[in-house]
Amino acid sequence: MKSKVISLALIFSFLFVIGLAGFAQPVEAEEFRVGIVYSEGGLGDLSFNDAAQAGLMRAVDELGIEYGAIEPDSPADFNPSLRRFAERGFDLVIAVGFLQAEDVVEIAPEYPHVQFAHVDEPHEDLDNVTGLIFAEHHGSFLVGALAALASETGTIGYVGGIDSPLINRFEGGYVQGARYIDEDINIESGYADSFNDPSRGREIALGQIDNDADIIYHAAGASGLGAFEAVEEEDKLAIGVDVNQNHLYPGHIIASMLKVVDVAVFNAVEDAMAGELPGGENVVFGLEDGGTGITSLTDVEEEKIALEEGEIDEDELEKIRQLKEEVTAEHADRIEEIKQMIIDGEIEIEDWSETGRQDF
Amino acid sequence: MSDLQTTKTDTGSKFINLLIELGFALFSILVALLVGTVFILLAGESPLDAYHALYIGSIGSWREFLNTLWRATPLIFTGFALALPFKAGLFNIGGEGQLLVGGFAAGFVGFYFTGLPSIIHVPLAILAAMAAGAIWGLIPGLLKAYKGAHEVITTIMLNYIAIQLTIRYGIDRFRTGGRQALPTIEESARLVRFVDMAEMPIIGQIPLIDVFALPGLRLHLNFILALISAAVLWYLLFKTTVGYEIRAVGFNSSAAEYGGISSSKTIILSMVIAGALAGLAGAGEALGTHHTFMSGMDADLGFTGIAVALLGRNHPFGIVLAGILFGGLTQGGLEMQFVGIPSEIVTIIQALVIFFVAGLQMLKWFLLKRREKGETE
Repeated sequence: MKSKVISLALIFSFLFVIGLAGFAQPVEAEEFRVGIVYSEGGLGDLSFNDAAQAGLMRAVDELGIEYGAIEPDSPADFNPSLRRFAERGFDLVIAVGFLQAEDVVEIAPEYPHVQFAHVDEPHEDLDNVTGLIFAEHHGSFLVGALAALASETGTIGYVGGIDSPLINRFEGGYVQGARYIDEDINIESGYADSFNDPSRGREIALGQIDNDADIIYHAAGASGLGAFEAVEEEDKLAIGVDVNQNHLYPGHIIASMLKVVDVAVFNAVEDAMAGELPGGENVVFGLEDGGTGITSLTDVEEEKIALEEGEIDEDELEKIRQLKEEVTAEHADRIEEIKQMIIDGEIEIEDWSETGRQDF
Repeated sequence: MSDLQTTKTDTGSKFINLLIELGFALFSILVALLVGTVFILLAGESPLDAYHALYIGSIGSWREFLNTLWRATPLIFTGFALALPFKAGLFNIGGEGQLLVGGFAAGFVGFYFTGLPSIIHVPLAILAAMAAGAIWGLIPGLLKAYKGAHEVITTIMLNYIAIQLTIRYGIDRFRTGGRQALPTIEESARLVRFVDMAEMPIIGQIPLIDVFALPGLRLHLNFILALISAAVLWYLLFKTTVGYEIRAVGFNSSAAEYGGISSSKTIILSMVIAGALAGLAGAGEALGTHHTFMSGMDADLGFTGIAVALLGRNHPFGIVLAGILFGGLTQGGLEMQFVGIPSEIVTIIQALVIFFVAGLQMLKWFLLKRREKGETE
C-alpha cells in the first residue's frame, strides 16, 4: 500500500515536471472571442453541427473573431465545456442543440458578463441567454406538400432523430403539409432514438420502403445519412434537412428543408459584437426572412457551390438537374404559392413541440 | 504466479517489481505521447501546446485534478467489475449493462419517491442500483455455473437488453421533457458534491473544507465510495476465505473443486459482487453527476473499465490509479480540444496511451518470462 502511494506520488511529480518544463501561458487575445460547444454527434453530420460550424467560420473570416470549439463525447462533457469558455472570459458562448439546456441554465447565471446564445432552445428567463429558434414546422410543411405531390405510391416516410418536442415539430409540419395536398396519403414515421446512429436510420428507412414509401424525409442528423443510404440502395427518393443535402446522393434527394443554423450563428456573433444580442428572449427564424425554407425546385445554382468545392463532379450535377426537371420542377409554382399563404397567415400550422405529437 | 501465496520474505523483491512496473507504465505513456505527436503534427497543430493543454486540463490545477477524480470514479467501479470475476477466471464484459440498470434504478428511485429525508433516500437509491446491477451479474453467473454458458456471450447480450430496457423503453415510459432522460431526481436523492460541502451545516465546520468550494467542481461523494470499495475489495480478495476461494477457482478450478471449494458458488458470488459494483458506477453518474438517468450517460464507461482493470493489473489499488489515469485523459482531452486539437486526434491520443500501456505490459511479461527461464537454466 505504502509503495503504491509512493508510486502515485512519483507519477504525478513526473508529470508535473513535464508540465512546468518550459511552457508559457498563451497570450491573452484582445479580439472578440467566441466559444462553441457542439451537439452530440459532433462535426461531420453534414447537417446541423456542420451548419453551425460554417456560420462560425464565416464570422472568423468576415468579422475577425477568435474562436474555440469543443465536440462533446458524452453528456458529461457539456457542463465542463461550456464553463471552460465562460470562465476564461470568452465574450460569447454558443451552445448547439437542446441537449445542453440544463447546463446552460445552470452556468449562465454564474457568469453574467458572458453572453450565451443557444441554438434550438428557447430561453426567456436569463438576461444573458438568447435562444436561437426556427420555425421548422413551416419549412417542413413545404417539403411535406412536395412529398405528397411527387409521391407515386401514395405512401411517404419520415425518419426522426430523438423523439422530442423539437423533432416532433419537423414531423408535425411534414405531416400537415402532406395532408394539405392529399387527405388520404399514408405516412410512415419512425424515430432512430439518436442523432448519431446511421445504421438505425437505414433500418427504419428500409422498413418504410418495404411498406411502399417512395419518398423519405429525415430530421435525424447523422442518423439520417443511413436513411439516404437505404434510399439509394432501393432506388427511391429522399428529402434532406437543415442544409442543402441534395448533392450527397445525387439523383436521389429531390430537395432539402433549409434551417439556416449558419446564418443564425453568424448573426448571433455579429449582434453580440455590436452589443445588440437581446438576451432574455428568443430570436425566431421563419419563412419570410429565409430562416427556414426549401431548396430551389427548378435550378441547380445552389448545388454549383458543391461542384466548385469538388464535392461532386459534372455528371453528378447533371443528375441533380435531371431529377429536378423530372420530379420537382412541375410543382415549383404550387409550393411557392403555399409558402406565400403560410407567410400571409392563410395556412395555419400546428406546432407539435407545443401540442405534442398528434395522431395521423 | 505469486498470486496465491503472500509471504513476508519477498517484500524487497515485491518493491523492486513494483518499481519495474511503474517504470514500464511511465515509459509506455511516454512512448504513446511521442507517437501521438505524429498525429498532432498531421493535424497541423503543435504537440507542445497539445500536451501542455492535456496537463493543464487534467492535473494542472487543484480543481482540474479533482475533476479528474470525478471522471475516474465510474471507471474505477467498472474496473472492479471486470477485475473481481477475472480473479475467478471469468471475463465480465457486462459492466456496461450492469452500469445502465444500476443507473436506471438509482434514477428511478431518485425521482419516483418524494418526501423522503436524504438520509434514507440516498442509501435507498444506491441500494436499488447495487441490487439491479447484482441481478444483471447474477444471470450470467447462474448460466455459467449451472449450464456452462460462456459469460462473454451472455454478458454482451445482457448489455443489449439493458440498453433497450433502460434507454429505449424505460426512459420513453417516464420522461417528461424533450431530453432523453428520466425526470430530474429529487433534491433529497442527490449525492453530495464536494463543491457544496462548505455550506453544509456540520461538514461545513471542518477546517479547510473551503478548498473544495470551487465553481465548476463536479466531484461528488461516489469517489469516496470508490476508495472504500477498493479497500473492501482488497480485504475480501486477499484476507478472507471467500477471496482465497475466488482466486483458487481462477487459478485452477478443478484443483479448487478437488480441494473442497464449490466453483459454481464462487463464480456466482463474484459475478453478483461485480454487478453491484458496476451498479454503483451508474448510481454515481445518476445521483451525483447528471441528477437524472439519461441517454448517453454510460459513455462506454463499462468498456473503458475493461482497459482500466487490465492496466491496473486487476489489483484494487492498481485499478484506482489506472482509473485516475483514464479520467485524466478524458478530462484533459476537453482542454486539448479547447486549444484547437480536433476531437478525433484527442481520441487517438487517448487510444494510443491505452494501446502502449497494454502493449508494453505484454513486452514486460515476455521479458520476465525470459529472465525466469534464464535463471532456471
